Amino acid sequence: MRKYLLKRIFYLFLTLFIVATATFFLMKLMPGTPLQNEAKLTPSEKASILAQYGLDKPVWLQYLIYIGGIFKGSLGLSFQFSDQAVSYLIGSRMGPSMQLGGQAMVVGVIFGIILGAVGAIRKDTWADRLATVVSILGIAVPSFVLAILLQYYLGLKLGWFPVAGWQGFVYSILPTLALAASPLAETARFIRTDMVDVLSSDYIELAKAKGLSKFGIVYHHALRNSLIPMVTLIGPLAAALMTGSMVVENIFSVPGIGEQFVKSILVNDYPTIMGVTIFYSALLCLLLLLTDIVYGIIDPRIRLSGNGD
Amino acid sequence: MENPENVIEVRNLQIDFHTYAGEVKAIRDVSFDLRKGETLAIVGESGSGKSVTTRSLMGLLAPNAVIKNGSIMFHGEDIIKKSEKEMQHIRGKDIAMIFQDPMTSLDPTMRIGMQIAEPLMKHKGLKKKEAIAQALEMLKLVGITNPEGRINDYPYQFSGGMRQRIVIAIALVCYPEVLIADEPTTALDVTIQAQILDLMKDLQNRIDTSIIFITHDLGVVAGMADRVAVMYAGKIVEYGTVDEIFFNPQHPYTWGLLNSMPTLDTEGGSLTAIPGTPPDLLDPPVGDAFAARSDYAMKIDTEKEPPFFKVSDTHYAATWLLHPDAPKVTPPAEIVRRQKKFAAMEKPEPPIKKETKE
Repeated sequence: MRKYLLKRIFYLFLTLFIVATATFFLMKLMPGTPLQNEAKLTPSEKASILAQYGLDKPVWLQYLIYIGGIFKGSLGLSFQFSDQAVSYLIGSRMGPSMQLGGQAMVVGVIFGIILGAVGAIRKDTWADRLATVVSILGIAVPSFVLAILLQYYLGLKLGWFPVAGWQGFVYSILPTLALAASPLAETARFIRTDMVDVLSSDYIELAKAKGLSKFGIVYHHALRNSLIPMVTLIGPLAAALMTGSMVVENIFSVPGIGEQFVKSILVNDYPTIMGVTIFYSALLCLLLLLTDIVYGIIDPRIRLSGNGD
Repeated sequence: MENPENVIEVRNLQIDFHTYAGEVKAIRDVSFDLRKGETLAIVGESGSGKSVTTRSLMGLLAPNAVIKNGSIMFHGEDIIKKSEKEMQHIRGKDIAMIFQDPMTSLDPTMRIGMQIAEPLMKHKGLKKKEAIAQALEMLKLVGITNPEGRINDYPYQFSGGMRQRIVIAIALVCYPEVLIADEPTTALDVTIQAQILDLMKDLQNRIDTSIIFITHDLGVVAGMADRVAVMYAGKIVEYGTVDEIFFNPQHPYTWGLLNSMPTLDTEGGSLTAIPGTPPDLLDPPVGDAFAARSDYAMKIDTEKEPPFFKVSDTHYAATWLLHPDAPKVTPPAEIVRRQKKFAAMEKPEPPIKKETKE
């Protein structure tokens, strides 16, 4: 197990390195410069500012300097916020993003499982069809459309929740709902397909032959077996949440990383773009690693084979 | 109950399946008894309705199945009329079932001890600890070596034969009165088959249970069964004791089945098969359903359904060949050979115990 973990962690760093490299050069291909009032600057002023940030050097040298910085543990300084450290910027904005992402994940997965399970158990009834419609809507409707609808109806018309801002839990409810729709739908679809399969398997037939109740069969046998493949969905779901958060955080003015990221791209704040990308990649890689470990815990068949490797 | 010896009495059972193509008449007027402590084998080819018949005893028919007619009496009550909740108290406790494929019939994510303990917790209200303790006893009984060390293992850690032993342990843990074994050895290789059959016979004596044994393997029937019912196209066409069916078969379908089973006396390189395919039960044929595939079919076979003709007190067959006015026919050579043997067996006082040397 330890050997396996070490190997996975090595791959994790390799992945991050490749992501950082690719992002760096792609980012340099973007049009524009970090300078805000470029037109008003004289060429010499411009040159001196670029030199100050090391942007006058050839791209490959900038790359080497940046990677060197990372190995020293520094993500660089932000251009747009008067030389704040990027790591500090991410750290100070992590709270709201994590809270939102976490809440959306929990809400989405739990209700998704319930919806999917109901669909599978009551297959081909109105309950199943309703669950299908909900999950199709959840996948088809983009989170920003849902966000605006939620803001308009629940926020503005009914006045139940604040429309935007970030001053406590109530403020997190609407963005959480907007963000949770997609994982909810994905989970419901996944669980339904999976559980329909599981429910027609021989061991469920045997469980029925034991005289177990419907609930007992679903709870003790079907759910666990349907949840195992579900674990592999956690990684992609987390990725979807991250991208979703960029839009949703902007709409609800949540002071999170996603909002920051979008701004940085607009103003060519290179160190922040790099920093957030690496941070998100690292988070996703860690989640995937965690997923594999969890997979081994709930599926006894994988535990042993994981050992040998 | 018509007969106190009977554990289960099935009368005029008729089951249809609603499909997109129409109503499939899967079970067409089936009646049989299961006596206390006996093993009744139901044989027939795929689709003859043997599995559907037994599923109906468990109340485990597919949702598109409709019981059109008939009754299944168990403990003086009709199982068909029972609610799902009431059936849950019978399933696994009074009537238990063993399935065909041990590789897929155990929950891959649950320890086997717990899987065996589940029925005890459900039906006997045992606490988990007591139930696991009894599960351990059961593991010993079905011959799992080192049961203490293996009770916490998962199914994938066992071979197919061992898994079938575990499935048997699950089925028998509540000492059911009736055990339905749906082709329990079909998925196993021959040496393991013999072990599992021996185990079932052994446990039948210890636990005192009646077994309904579904199979298409006549070799297995010979070794296991007391009585045999032959099913074809949703009907029982012949039933009798195992000797009567094996050595004095009357229905052309039974002849065909026995004739296509190779024996040590089979000469030449080719195996005999029954020509044709079973009829489409969306629109079952009039008369004897086997007539279209039978070399012995008469005109009446396509017009009128044959009733059961009595061969002996325990042996009945539904074929017009047994009608007094029917012309005498000569069955296939193999069957004639068997019938001669049967006649010889009838003579000496204690009849020679049947089959295995066959």
